[in-house]
Amino acid sequence: MDVERDKYNMINFEETELRLGLPGGIGNDGEAVKNNAMNTMSSMINNGKRGFSETSVDLKLNLSSSESDSTGEATEKTTTMASRSKDPARPPAKAQVVGWPPVRSFRKNIVAVQKSNTDEVEKASNGNGVAFVKVSMDGAPYLRKVDLKLYKSYQELSEALSKMFSSFTIGNCESQGMKDFMNESKLIDLLNGSDYVPTYEDKDGDWMLVGDVPWEMFVNSCKRLRIMKGSEAIGLAPRALEKCKNRS
Amino acid sequence: MQRMTYSFPEEVLEHVFSFIQSDNDRNSISLVCKSWYEIERWCRRRIFIGNCYAVCPTMVIKRFPEVRTIELKGKPHFADFNLVPEGWGGYVHPWIIAMASSYPWLEEIRLKRMVITDDSLELIAKSFKNFQVLVLSACEGFSTDGLAAIAANCRNLRELDLRESEVDDLNGHWLSHFPDTYTSLVSLNISCLGSEVSFSALERLVGRCPNLRTLCLNRAIPLDRLANLVCRVPQLVELGTGAYSSDMRPDVFSNLAGAVTGCKQLRSLSGFWDVNPAYLPAVYPNCTRLTSLNLGYATIQSPDLTKLVSQCQNLQRLWVLDYIEDSGLEALAASCKDLQELRVFPSDPYGVEPNVSLTEQGLVSVSEGCPKLQSVLYFCRQMSNAALITIARNRPNMTRFRLCIIEPRTPDYLTLQPLDTGFGAIVEHCKDLQRLSLSGLLTDRVFEYIGTYAKKLEMLSVAFAGDSDLGLHHILSGCENLRKLEIRDCPFGDKALLANAAKLETMRSLWMSSCLVSYGACKLLGQKMPRLNVEVIDERGAPDSRPENCPVEKLYIYRTIAGPRLDMPGFVWTMYEDSALRLS
Repeated sequence: MDVERDKYNMINFEETELRLGLPGGIGNDGEAVKNNAMNTMSSMINNGKRGFSETSVDLKLNLSSSESDSTGEATEKTTTMASRSKDPARPPAKAQVVGWPPVRSFRKNIVAVQKSNTDEVEKASNGNGVAFVKVSMDGAPYLRKVDLKLYKSYQELSEALSKMFSSFTIGNCESQGMKDFMNESKLIDLLNGSDYVPTYEDKDGDWMLVGDVPWEMFVNSCKRLRIMKGSEAIGLAPRALEKCKNRS
Repeated sequence: MQRMTYSFPEEVLEHVFSFIQSDNDRNSISLVCKSWYEIERWCRRRIFIGNCYAVCPTMVIKRFPEVRTIELKGKPHFADFNLVPEGWGGYVHPWIIAMASSYPWLEEIRLKRMVITDDSLELIAKSFKNFQVLVLSACEGFSTDGLAAIAANCRNLRELDLRESEVDDLNGHWLSHFPDTYTSLVSLNISCLGSEVSFSALERLVGRCPNLRTLCLNRAIPLDRLANLVCRVPQLVELGTGAYSSDMRPDVFSNLAGAVTGCKQLRSLSGFWDVNPAYLPAVYPNCTRLTSLNLGYATIQSPDLTKLVSQCQNLQRLWVLDYIEDSGLEALAASCKDLQELRVFPSDPYGVEPNVSLTEQGLVSVSEGCPKLQSVLYFCRQMSNAALITIARNRPNMTRFRLCIIEPRTPDYLTLQPLDTGFGAIVEHCKDLQRLSLSGLLTDRVFEYIGTYAKKLEMLSVAFAGDSDLGLHHILSGCENLRKLEIRDCPFGDKALLANAAKLETMRSLWMSSCLVSYGACKLLGQKMPRLNVEVIDERGAPDSRPENCPVEKLYIYRTIAGPRLDMPGFVWTMYEDSALRLS
């Protein structure tokens, strides 16, 4: 029954997406639950103004929890989230009508680029935009670009990076390598070795070791990534070592 | 009876006619008598063709053999908003071929919304020895290779303006094709190009052209190099910057400020992509000279915008994003008493909620404070009849009024009524109104007002409005000077269109999309009106595969003496005589 209800919400959302979103078409009538679920689902897909990471992470948690309370929690969580956002009765993001509002295409692009360039934390809570950063790896002939907003954790990022640069030895950039950072003795081995270490340039122009700050903070402050040879990263080590000491 | 024409030799009449530049007046002269028609046609130097399919090149060349300047427009206006499918038409190449052999002394070509290829550009470069002006406004179909041909061959080129065109931007090398001996550049606008041009080539080019007055760069030109360019051109009247951001460096700032301040003739500024507000003061010393300011890309907030705009006391034209907010517009109204044209663009056109504090109040303030305001384009999210009535009463001198309330069918936010009376006030008070765009919740009543009062109206844009055919009937029967009508998503069908068929021959064009005009009505119109091209644009396939009463997707009707065109793509059918005709 609960699974069916989830499915019903999904179907409604798809129906909505297929219709041209003229006003009055998607109303606020109907059960609050259904609407709020639609709100959050559409904001997930449309990268609407609600908290993207908040929404998706919470829903993920709900779906993986036991079936009997999943919908109940979903309802509660979505209602809470809806009330946390500015206006719970706001209709979901509409499918766009072609050619409306009448702005030339180069005007649409300007603003989209502006959104992706903005660093403000506000943007993270609004959840839209992209966060493309250049990724270089010492010794690789060309750079790559990744959208940090596609990932939800350091682990996901390092998996993606290792796939990207898989033709080069990247050994310790996978999850085990991340975990090794936490371990003081392993860290020293790592930095002394010839393996690679992910670093990033932050908003202030400083080069930092990846992994120190919470993920969201990293996404907001990271300007570019550089996968350095371990030996070169030694200069960054003292702070990391400090952190390790403080942790253990 | 003595004939007056014998009292003046041809040369004298020609000389007299040469003082008359306006197209309308020239047309009137040619109607006086046969000899005046003959004399006039031989000395007409400038031709404007508002619809490239209204006439064919051979007809133009036959009548006017000595043309030096030609302006052509192609696609309908709604093509700007992706309503005209790719490949619809507007090809200029047949014109270039015809003119290459018949107008060897052609000097100027201005195109708007046309498709021009590299082949066309090469042909232009090789065929016209005294070619001077190329303006491509919202055009497409060409690459930087075509530009290289122009640069390399047109020794006397004065003006190259690519405003808002879509260029296949292969690289920036084309600019280097201007030979070192080339010094005649007066105006260069490359703001639409994406890639970097060779900076040193650009520096040398601007440095050796003493008559350069207009320089509009593209976003790829970084701020820290702008000063190098500008200081070589102190005679600049119009400057478009590149990206206006950089880390704050005092040397870059002072160089820039120095260079810009050195331009004592500077009247117009644009560009300002990616603005770092810390660099805005570099242009402050020039603000009092400015008559035109385009901040349409400047994503800076109201306080910075306000500070800049308040210093431009002689401003006549302002284009700005809605970041300026009501407060900024109030400051504008207080400082810029010469303002004639205001355009406020939406920073977040697809956002569901307002992201800035810009309402109808901003426009009301400007209408109160700026006595010369006559041209408005305003995007906002709320409007009221009261505000529109106030604006109309404040500014009876308004000639262009385009209001876009972002959400379709939005009512008066105070009374929840339609905005009929508000727009009615606009057309009633603004007796010289030439252009009007409507939005918000509107019934047939607003069209009644328009038909009754808007006697000078030439162009009307309608979207998501009206209740019935009566609305369209009011427009077509009432607006005596209507030339262009574009309609989308309105419940207008066959009746009004057929009842007013004769009106369509007095207009340049009519566009209707997502309305209720049936295929049968289109066929009938095509049959009865041989001097109209009735184009059915339908991407669902041939209209006769559906019932006759089925509405067509899109309809474009225009008067023409050239008959149905021969370059239509598979989704366009011209209604002609007894059957739908599509020649491929």
